[in-house]
Amino acid sequence: MSVPADLKYTKSHEWVKVEGDTVTIGITDHAQSELGDIVFVDLPTVGRALGASDSFGTVESVKTVSDIYAPVGGEVVAVNETLGAQSELVNSDPYGEGWLVKMKLADAGELDGLLSAEGYEASLND
Amino acid sequence: MPNLRTKSVRIPTLIFEKSQPGRIGVNLPQEDTPKVNINEAIGNTRETFHFPEVSELEVMRHFVNLSHINYGIETGFYPLGSCTMKYNPRINEATASFTGFRNIHPMQPDYTVPGALEVLASVYDILKEVTGFDEIAMQPVAGAHGEMTCLMLIKAYHDSRGEGDKRRIVLVPDSAHGTNPASAARCGYDVKTIPTSPDGDCDMEALAAALDDTVAAFMVTNPSTLALFERNISKICEMVHAVGGQVFCDGANMNAMVGTTRPGDHGFDCMHLNLHKTFSTPHGGGGPGCGAIGLQKHLEPFTPSPALIRVNGKATLDHNRPQSIGRVSSFYGQFLMAVRALTYLLAYGKERMSDISRYSVLNANYVRARLKDVLPPAHDRPCMHECVLTAKKYKQNGVRALDISKRLIDYGFHPPTNYFPLIVPECLMIEPTETESKQTLDEFCDALIKICHEAETNPDILHEAPSTQVVGRLDEAKAVKNLDVRWRPSTITESV
Repeated sequence: MSVPADLKYTKSHEWVKVEGDTVTIGITDHAQSELGDIVFVDLPTVGRALGASDSFGTVESVKTVSDIYAPVGGEVVAVNETLGAQSELVNSDPYGEGWLVKMKLADAGELDGLLSAEGYEASLND
Repeated sequence: MPNLRTKSVRIPTLIFEKSQPGRIGVNLPQEDTPKVNINEAIGNTRETFHFPEVSELEVMRHFVNLSHINYGIETGFYPLGSCTMKYNPRINEATASFTGFRNIHPMQPDYTVPGALEVLASVYDILKEVTGFDEIAMQPVAGAHGEMTCLMLIKAYHDSRGEGDKRRIVLVPDSAHGTNPASAARCGYDVKTIPTSPDGDCDMEALAAALDDTVAAFMVTNPSTLALFERNISKICEMVHAVGGQVFCDGANMNAMVGTTRPGDHGFDCMHLNLHKTFSTPHGGGGPGCGAIGLQKHLEPFTPSPALIRVNGKATLDHNRPQSIGRVSSFYGQFLMAVRALTYLLAYGKERMSDISRYSVLNANYVRARLKDVLPPAHDRPCMHECVLTAKKYKQNGVRALDISKRLIDYGFHPPTNYFPLIVPECLMIEPTETESKQTLDEFCDALIKICHEAETNPDILHEAPSTQVVGRLDEAKAVKNLDVRWRPSTITESV
């Protein structure tokens, strides 16, 4: 199970990539593997303001529908439109082409509350 | 994923593909009414809609052959967890076909159907005794419908006390059926999830922290979807009542309790029952369902109208219900289901009613014990009427719960429920019901033990399963994303 070292994570299986004051968010390799084939991704509208741990969308697989939570607060500046037609990218490339949303950070301090790659791996073994 | 149809199995053609121009099934007699050109009257339907042109014999063979590849409780073991696929005794059908029941019309005045009303009232009387609730109502026509009706009653109750606006939260465990949060959301509530503790019971600390005067209700499945009896249930009901909330029992798992213990005594305010599961009215093939509800006295004024009541012992429909939530279905639910349920209830009788729960719990524990080395239970304690097992140890061989289920089809069994409850990894949920023999359970367990051995020695055989059926492994993702169940005439042209 891949857990890239340069990303930050949540216990609810989202990953966060920090670039300046913008963060890219997706679901982890573990999450996509547990969900199975993903058939639909419901994403928020650009411009929506989110608080940390707000549910902002859903990922639907052949097994179940799961909420996705904002790891940090901020404003949605982009969503991955490609997933509308190719939701399977979340399975095949969860940390790359399968990203979900980009947000402008409201408070960089919130990043400190996220898990490191090591911390996330440890949480998987709990 | 490739379509693994095997060549050895004859794939049935669609009836459209059997069509021959001009062939008909029925010779109609000479007309004695004015001739109407049907094409002029309604258009050329055969051309427009491509109705198949086939003979009566071809139609007969087509559908009988299709019926032979069907799988149901009457052809084999059907251990679909959380569904209670028990055998529906034939005597239920015999009574439901009595002309006095079958030929009455829902528009008949009440005074012409005293027998039918008495049947309903008798079912109520028995279900009250079985569940421990003060009242029963039977308009809802499905389990989730009964669930939603209960939440509507709870909402009406809070409204009547002037607390409707402040109570906007419904608590639901993380192991709940998906219909629970859906019913709550449909009734306008915000849903908050309560986690399960490591031993499988409701997390009492999390519950205590979530309880305040904004809580309208807690929806609890007992036994839980983990097939465990909620050991703190009476304490849970007390805690919710202490903040003015109501407690709903999801009755999906009532089969574990029939004749042994009663939700009405545990402290619940209302519950739904699936007559089409627990009380043996048809289920597979679409029912129709019957989601009867049980409720305590304080919710009674709000029940769907008309309500069936006894006046001086005589069953009567009461239309004068000013506080009622109104109708939740047309007429009075599925009446013939009440006839079937009454037959079933009377066939068991009060003395033997507990056989249902005792044998269903025994069968599930037998399966759990026989499989514990290859498929360990998610929680190591006695289960109720079904067992929840995990196949996570085969993941290292690339085998998932779904692969095991698909392979079971090759061994002639209907798969159990997969991936539910969601909180158990690689979950297989097996519900044998009380109507299976030890021999059948042994054959099923032997097959699963063999499959788990295959998962370690020859995982590919599982990935390719099923290989003995008319169709092989279906691409479930494609089925959701590119749903296409429409036959088009062009395919016939191409294949000819």
